[in-house]
This record gives sequence, C-alpha cells and structure tokens, in this order.
Amino acid sequence: MADLTSEFLGIKSPNPFWLASAPPTDKEYNVRRAFEAGWGGVVWKTLGSEGPPVVNVNGPRYGAIFGADRRLLGLNNIELITDRPLEVNLEEITRVKKDYPDRAIIVSLMVPCEEQAWKDILPKVEATGADGIELNFGCPHGMAERGMGSAVGQVPEYIQMVTEWCKKYYSKPVIVKLTPNITDIRQPARAAKNGGADAVSLINTINSIVSVDLDIMAPNPTIGDKGTHGGYCGPAVKPIAMNMVAEIARDPQTHGLPISAIGGVTNWRDAAEFISLGAGNVQVCTAAMTYGFKVVEEMISGLSQWMDEKGHASIADFMGQAVPNVTDWQYLNLNYVAKAVINQDDCISCGRCFAACEDTSHQAIAMSEDRVFTVKDDECVACNLCVSVCPVENCITMEQVAPGQLDERTGEVVSEDYANWTTHPNNPSATAAE
Amino acid sequence: MASSHQASGIQAGRLSSQDIVDNFGDLHPAYDAHEASVAADRCYFCYDAPCMTACPTSIDIPQFIREIQTGNPEAAARTILDQNILGGMCARVCPTETLCEEVCVRETAEGKPVEIGRLQRYATDALMAKGGHPFARAASTGKRVAVVGAGPAGLSAAHRLAMLGHEVVVHEVKGKSGGLNEFGIAAYKSTNDFAAREVSWLMQIGGISVKHGDGLGAGLTLDALKADFDAVFLSIGLAGVNALRAPGENKDGSRDAVEFIAELRQATDLSTLAVGRNVVVIGGGMTAVDAAVQSKLLGAENVTIAYRRGQDAMGASRFEQDLATSKGVKLMFNVMPVAVHGEGAASEIELEYTSIVDGKVSGTGETLRLAADQVFKAIGQTLEGQPEGLVLEARKIKVNDTGRTSVAEVWAGGDCASGGEDLTVTAVAEGRDAAMDIHSSLMG
Repeated sequence: MADLTSEFLGIKSPNPFWLASAPPTDKEYNVRRAFEAGWGGVVWKTLGSEGPPVVNVNGPRYGAIFGADRRLLGLNNIELITDRPLEVNLEEITRVKKDYPDRAIIVSLMVPCEEQAWKDILPKVEATGADGIELNFGCPHGMAERGMGSAVGQVPEYIQMVTEWCKKYYSKPVIVKLTPNITDIRQPARAAKNGGADAVSLINTINSIVSVDLDIMAPNPTIGDKGTHGGYCGPAVKPIAMNMVAEIARDPQTHGLPISAIGGVTNWRDAAEFISLGAGNVQVCTAAMTYGFKVVEEMISGLSQWMDEKGHASIADFMGQAVPNVTDWQYLNLNYVAKAVINQDDCISCGRCFAACEDTSHQAIAMSEDRVFTVKDDECVACNLCVSVCPVENCITMEQVAPGQLDERTGEVVSEDYANWTTHPNNPSATAAE
Repeated sequence: MASSHQASGIQAGRLSSQDIVDNFGDLHPAYDAHEASVAADRCYFCYDAPCMTACPTSIDIPQFIREIQTGNPEAAARTILDQNILGGMCARVCPTETLCEEVCVRETAEGKPVEIGRLQRYATDALMAKGGHPFARAASTGKRVAVVGAGPAGLSAAHRLAMLGHEVVVHEVKGKSGGLNEFGIAAYKSTNDFAAREVSWLMQIGGISVKHGDGLGAGLTLDALKADFDAVFLSIGLAGVNALRAPGENKDGSRDAVEFIAELRQATDLSTLAVGRNVVVIGGGMTAVDAAVQSKLLGAENVTIAYRRGQDAMGASRFEQDLATSKGVKLMFNVMPVAVHGEGAASEIELEYTSIVDGKVSGTGETLRLAADQVFKAIGQTLEGQPEGLVLEARKIKVNDTGRTSVAEVWAGGDCASGGEDLTVTAVAEGRDAAMDIHSSLMG
C-alpha cells in the first residue's frame, strides 16, 4: 500500500490533497467537516486586515460553463476575501488546529502593500498555531481594484517586497500564491524566490467573463443589470495551470522551489499529473464545490492504487518525474514518425474522425460506402485530431513508424537518428549537425 | 357495476374508467426540458449520419438535436418539419427501433440509442405549443391540384403544394381528415386528439380546402378530376381487408382489426367500448399488435396473437412484440387459423401448426383450439376502389420514384402506391416528393 503522507515545507499531512483558500475553507464548520471527510489540509480562506470586514455582493457570485450532461467544466466567481471579522477567523483557526494536529492548516492573507499592515497581522496569525501562510497575490477581481490580490501579483517587485516582510515578521513557511493573469509566470515566481518564499502556489483564478445574458445584455453572474469580470477555475483551467507549474519547475532560476499546484484538480489523475510536473502537493476547490467534500475519497484511493501499480512507495518517488521531458518545441525529434490506427472492432462509425480530418486537417481518412473508416498512411501526418474527436477512448491510437520503415507520406525511410529544428536545413539559424 | 375480466362474451366496462384512462396514457411521455437536454447531449453529431440515412423523410437529425441542445427547440422543429410536415405524428408512431434509432451509433456503442423519436416530439411539441405556423405560401401560381385522400401522404402533398403557391382541394371520403393517423394507430401513441390537432395546425398554411364525403366511386371520377384540375394526387390508402378464408370467420365476434382500432380511436369514452374475455388476433404486423395490446388495455382476460410464421418474420418490430408481451399478450408463432367455432357467435378458434417449406407456409395437420369470444383479423389490407386505367404493381398503383403513375397528370403515394413500407413516415416522404414533382411539372 502506497504511502500518501505528504511533507510539504516540513508540514505533514496524511495525503497531498489540500483544500484551496476559497469558500469551502471560510469557517470552522466547513473545515472540521472537510477534515472528517479526509482532506489532508486546508488553506483557510483569505483574511484581511483588522477592522470592518469586506462586504460581498448580495446577488449571484458564480457563473459556469458546462460540458455534455451539464458537467461543470469551468466556474468563475466574484466573491471577495472573507467577509467575517478577523478575530472570529483567528479564534476558529486556533481551535481547529488544536483539534486536528495531524492536518495542515495554512492561513491565506491579503492586506495592503504596507509593511505595517503585515507587521500587524502576522503575529496574530502566528499565535493561532497554523502551519504556515499563503500570500494571496492572485485574486483578479474586486480586491485588485484596491491595490491588492493580482494587482500585487502582477508586479514582481511588490511580490519580492511583501514576501520579504513576511519572512521578517513570521517564523513559519511562507507560500506565495501566483496569479496566472500575466504573460510569463517565471517572473513572479523568481520574485517570490528572491523574496525568500518557501514555496509558490499556483494558479489563482483567471480573469474571465463566462457568459453573457443575451436578454439583459450583461455578463453573468449579473447583479441587477451589470456584471463584472471574475476569477475562472475548474477543470477547464487545468492545462493552463499545468503549463505554468512546469515552467517554474524547469526554469533554472526556480527549479527546486517547492510548488503547491492549483487549477482544476478533480481526480487522482489530475493530482498525479501536477505532482509529476514538480508539484509537492495539490490544492482543490472547484471539485469540492461541485461534488462536495466526499470527492477526496476517490482522489486518495485512485492515487494509492496507481502508485501501487507503478511501484511508487511515496509521493516523492514520482514527484517531478515528467519535468525533464518538458522541453521546447525546437528540441522535439523531427525524425519521430507516427500514423493513426483505427481499431475497427471498437469503431462505432460515427464518422467524426473523417469529418475532422477531411474538413479541417489532412484528408487522411477514407470513408467507404458502408461507413468503414481507414487511415491513408500516405496522407496522415499523425496530428492526433482524430484521436481527440473520437468518442470512443483508445479506438484510434497513434502508432510509431519504427526507424527503418517507410513513411508512405514522405516516401522516405524513417531515420533512427534524433534530429530537431535547431539542425534542420529549413531553419535559417540552424547549426550544422555534429 | 362494472363487469370484470372474467365476464364472458364481448362486454364493455371490464376495467374501471380510471384504469382505462391510465392504460391509454402516452406510451412514451413527453420529455421535459431537462430530460430533453440530457438526451440531446448524447448525440455525437455524426458525419453523414446513419440516422438521417435511415429516415424515409431524411430529416437532418444531428442538426435538429444540436438545435435542441443549444436551447432552440423551435429551430429544431423547423428542421424536422422542412422535411416532414407530420414530424409531430411521426415522432409518436415511427418504429424508430427499426429506422433512425436502430442505426444510431450509440446503439452500436452502448446498446442504447439516442432517443431520437422523443427528441423529435419535444421539438415539434414546443413549436406547436407556440401556436402559429412556421411556413408561408409562395405567390399564387394559379394552378389547381386535386388530392384524393387526407391521410399522411395526401396531407403531406397538399401542404407542400400549397406552400409552393398552388391551390389544393383535398377530397376525403371519411368525415374527418388524418387517414390512419386518425383512424388507425394505437390510441396510446396519439393521445389528446393529436392527429386532429396536427391536421388543423397543418391547414394553417392556407390554400387547402377539404371536401369531406368525396371519394372515388363516391361522387368523384379520375376523369372528372383530371378535367377540373391541373394535376391529381391519389393517396387513397388500402381500403380492403384480407379475409381469413376459414369457415366461421363471419360469425359474430369475428371482425377486422382495423375496424376495431378505428372504432376505438373515435370513441369518446373508452370504458364504453366492448371487448371479449378471450381475444385472438390473427396476424403479425403492427395492426395485429395494436389490436391485441388495446384489447388487453380494455380489460380482456386473455389475448393471443396467432401468427403463421416464426417470430423473426413478424412484421411488427421486436420492440412492438415486447410491448405486447409486457402488457400480457401471448404471442403464438407458426399457427394459422382453420376455423372459427361457436353456436352463432364465436367461442373458439381452431389453429393448425405450420412449418415453412421452401419459404411457404404449410399446415402440419396438427391443430389446437383456443377459447375465443372475439377474433380480430389483421392479415393485411389491400388496394380497393382505385380508378380504372392505372397500371398496378404487386396489387398497388405503380409509381416511379417521384410518384408518377402510368397516367399523365396523375401521381400517387402512400400505402396505395407501389414502393416503400406502409408507414406514416414513408407516406409523408412520398407525398412530399410527388408534390415537388407536380410542382416542377406544372411550372416547367
């Protein structure tokens, strides 16, 4: 039985599944229930400075996009940080941590970009006994208009400065949560590292408008007759988050910086993928908001089963294993050749592969009068679109044409040598192959 | 007090009125919006979709399902009705299990097709509920076309011709339009007077007048129609009924299934409709199933369908067979009627076992008797009362692909015409195609 125990920045938790800072972690009641359901840790919903708390809108806060059967694929929100008094949150954190010493509790924070504000709040947080803090430099709506959240996360100098203050006034691990609403995620990650951050967590939500109400001509969620951009999350953002995690993991300047991955983690496989790209653990929100806390059970059993099958005794065994295989396009092997193969036994003859290939790709699939679909090897460039649109998993596969075999499309024998764009004759800046 | 299942003879009131109302409720209840959305999500939007090829009216099924999926059932209905003006009825009565749904790739994949028929009903119901008519007439052509028979083929032709700007006069010998939609078909497939409502909705196109009581041999001749109109479309159905050719078949209690079904369809109170305690239906097609199931729903104690060939040869689909058995109808195969016995009225039917020799049915000599106070004959209908001078083929009016008969300016379609299965949807397709051909012939 695989050991799912996670030790992230020295913070132990029974599994690598933490609930992200968000509505599910806004109060003692939820967090206790989450721990009873099996979650390894929580990042408490973001606290603000002492004084009157922020207020939320009194209309809808969420908008969504759906896949087939109304499966929620993407969720956006315009909720702000906690709207409960600081003292109440701190008392609750203290109580819960005391009762659940084996679970991780991280406190998310967002106060103004002034040293005094951080100096004021950090000792209070330290007194709760929580295991660490996460700096919310991510929220793209509402708080950003007040110079906080993503307004900080978009300026590397601010990230570094605030991180330094936190390291100065707080003794435990400091995690910097990054916004994806930037052009190059490596810049804020480097700034966090330079500021002394123990880890980064990402991604926060992506700025978005999920839909427009065509009757009232306003974005959803609509408050009266107006809407605003909100933070987008859920399964739809996972690819964006994974790329950003991988970019940080393979950047020489930040390589090795612990990462808590966030963004559309919905099942064990998503978690395993993030961890393989260098994350030390994962944070989950939308999946819990969609299905309830119980989803963690499948994450635990699935990850455990897979690790057993693969012979991974612990999370560390496969952490970052995929990072060396994330490379730049220019280094991909141009002598690798594959062709699509359609398994006729599994094919249900829907013809979507044909429509996709014929209309939008390389005209490499033939359709017979009795609806048998076959790949034309002399046209197929192995683009994988047919695989992507086929409704039957594994019905179409990409099979490598082994070196020494003929590629019917080019009429050339596949070379066994590795050759990439940097050495390709069509590349004006190519360097001669050694 | 209502008599029970066990009361002998042909009796009304075998079940309570409420039981009868429940029994004759919609076979496939209408989807609500959520159900339709879930069902529509299952469609894969196939290329050159097999369902569309299987549809005799070639409805663009992936398109209309996508229109439902994107929240536009009325556009979906328009897609359906463009091809099949009786799309509402076809959604209810089409044997989808042998047409579109049989070839659905999700039938291949999971043994569970997209429920195309019910989605079609969802769309067409939505449009009809809005009121109004989605089609408008073209400018008048000044041409006049006579349609004989207001069944599915005639109505389909009339609507298309009217839409194209022609003036149409429909002659219908019965007092009501609709043909088998109104007088045939099991009641649980066309509830709440749908057939009549659909006809009046269809007539909203304008340009169509219906003369009830007019039929060939009932005041009309083909020559007179040809003289009065620019073209004639015959959709007279199959008015004749095959006989058993067995002694005793005319005893009281023995009658044609189509007559029983028509009476049932026209009854305002089904609890007043009499049915036997022991009912035997002779035949193997949809009419046999409709008669048998409805007998059972009216409260007959024992209902048997006796079919002279094996199960696989049965005209009724496996779905219809299963429907019958689920309602308690017994299916007997390889038996044929020899005689109907009884003092005055029928009380027993004598059947002989058969075997199929070189594709032909022959009796084995072994017989059995079943109690039968009511015998329904459902062994097929035949063309009857067709005008002189038309060439026939396989006992139907011979037509080409576009419905042209052997006589100039005369087209035919529906069950009376050669080619195609005797289905509502086929009749609609034939009426539509003949109308298009009449149009090009008149305007050419």
